[in-house]
Amino acid sequence: MPALLSVSGLQKSFGAVVVADKTSFDVSSGEAVGILGPNGAGKTSLFNLITGSLRSDAGSIGFNGTDVTTSSAAARCKMGIARSFQIPQPFGGMTVFENALVGATQGAGLSGRDAEDHALGVLEETGLLARANARAGTLTLLERKRLELTRALAAKPKLLLLDEIAGGLTEAECHSLIDTIKSIHSRGTTIIWIEHVVHALLAVVERLIVIDFGKKIAEGEPKVIMESAEVKEIYLGVDPDV
Amino acid sequence: MSGWVVTRSTRASRAAMVIGLFAMVVLAAAPWWAGRADLRLMGEIYLYLSLACLWNLMAGYAGLVSVGQQAYVGFGGYMLFALTVFGGFHPVTAIVLGGVLAALVSVPVAALIFRLRGAYFAIGTWVIAEVFRLSFAQIQALGGGSGSSLPVAIVKEIGAKKAAREAMSYWLALGAALIVMLSVYLFLRSRRGLALTAIRDSETAAAGLGIDIWRTKLEVYVVASAFTAVIGGLIFLQKLRISPDAAFSVNDWTAFVIFIVVIGGIGTLEGPIIGTLLFFALREVLADFGTIYLMVLGVVAIVVMLKAPRGVWGLIRDRYDLEFFPLSYRVRNKD
Repeated sequence: MPALLSVSGLQKSFGAVVVADKTSFDVSSGEAVGILGPNGAGKTSLFNLITGSLRSDAGSIGFNGTDVTTSSAAARCKMGIARSFQIPQPFGGMTVFENALVGATQGAGLSGRDAEDHALGVLEETGLLARANARAGTLTLLERKRLELTRALAAKPKLLLLDEIAGGLTEAECHSLIDTIKSIHSRGTTIIWIEHVVHALLAVVERLIVIDFGKKIAEGEPKVIMESAEVKEIYLGVDPDV
Repeated sequence: MSGWVVTRSTRASRAAMVIGLFAMVVLAAAPWWAGRADLRLMGEIYLYLSLACLWNLMAGYAGLVSVGQQAYVGFGGYMLFALTVFGGFHPVTAIVLGGVLAALVSVPVAALIFRLRGAYFAIGTWVIAEVFRLSFAQIQALGGGSGSSLPVAIVKEIGAKKAAREAMSYWLALGAALIVMLSVYLFLRSRRGLALTAIRDSETAAAGLGIDIWRTKLEVYVVASAFTAVIGGLIFLQKLRISPDAAFSVNDWTAFVIFIVVIGGIGTLEGPIIGTLLFFALREVLADFGTIYLMVLGVVAIVVMLKAPRGVWGLIRDRYDLEFFPLSYRVRNKD
């Protein structure tokens, strides 16, 4: 099966800080991939490069058979890449429903009743329907995280990028979020998920990629990766020899 | 989705529409019930209301905080003079043409200033406006630095008698304000308007959801500049005299407009209306106090910015959840 997303030799640095160092990986259609790495490893930057809010210095990004390396963020969203932000960026002056409607009309290109119905459907799935008329600026953290997910889903993505969407949630909240993400994935949406809440990540993803200092240092089955000495040392800060 | 309906109008918005239509009829009949001075004042109010709506669209929604829209007010004013005197056009045609020309001029200007961000953008727009002022001051045929008056023959094309002229100029101002407000309202209500509102709240998230930020901003800038030039033409049709300093005044056409939008409530449609009424109320009350008037305006602006950053309308809306222009979507369950 051809890769839905193909990242190859991606390079990006801010001065001396390298956030992507010859990063290469493929994600097949329908897959769920997790990305692990310590703070500052370049995980969010990788998302910024994939979605087009950052331009790479070198390397290429292919999506669905098209080279999108130089495409704008808006164009990439229209092709089917949507993301949630680690720090929620709600359209604070608009209602929850309107936030979803932006995704449905601009990202998915729907209009009229179709857009409204789609937005309502996504809100139901993410559990925000009861808050549809609330101003997004007044939401709690969990609701904001769900809104991030809602907006991205409303854009009808082929590839959904989740950036630490489980961070800061209680156990119960986290479990219900995992269920939502699982059901999105089971419908065939490809997912790449950055997460520090490892058990949440392992509940969904089929493959893990570990990065540090912008470099991919491990990739493979979650179980194998979590057991590897290199990952334990770099990511968990445990010295494997002790 | 079954069971759920999405509506946009509210009881307040329907009431506002009825009151608005009624007010429109009363205001349109003003030449028969208002005195000359009142007519003039009301015309000025409409033109300021239009400028405020347009600046609000740019700064409050598109994030284009310009302090140089006087460039287009002056441009529109000068086009009225140039196209009537040298082109032989009817004043109304000249004013509309001035808007079209301003749209054309605004594209290369945008290409230049859109490279600047935030405060630099604001300063850039001001510099451009100064360039406009200095350029028009060079044109001797239009009176150079000291300006010129609209020839009597052209003034008479608006109306042979003074009363007819004043009524016509009043209706033009009222009509322009209506067209501006209706256009801004319909635009914000559309899908593109939803995108613009998203840009207002978070550019990063908007870009990530498929909104072309640069193009949306350019469209807003061009349309706002064209309308601003039309309003400029109408302003100087009222004044019948133009000079570079009056046409490109940063005080008259930008500082007062920013005051109106900020105290009324930036980023809302209702804000500029409330702001315009407050501004003119203050101006009429304080008119006899000379420079104290400007100091009071300054104090009011500072207090509002500190105590109610979303303006007077922001206070009202948060308190009563009101909306006169039905832009919001409301979701409710039918059952």
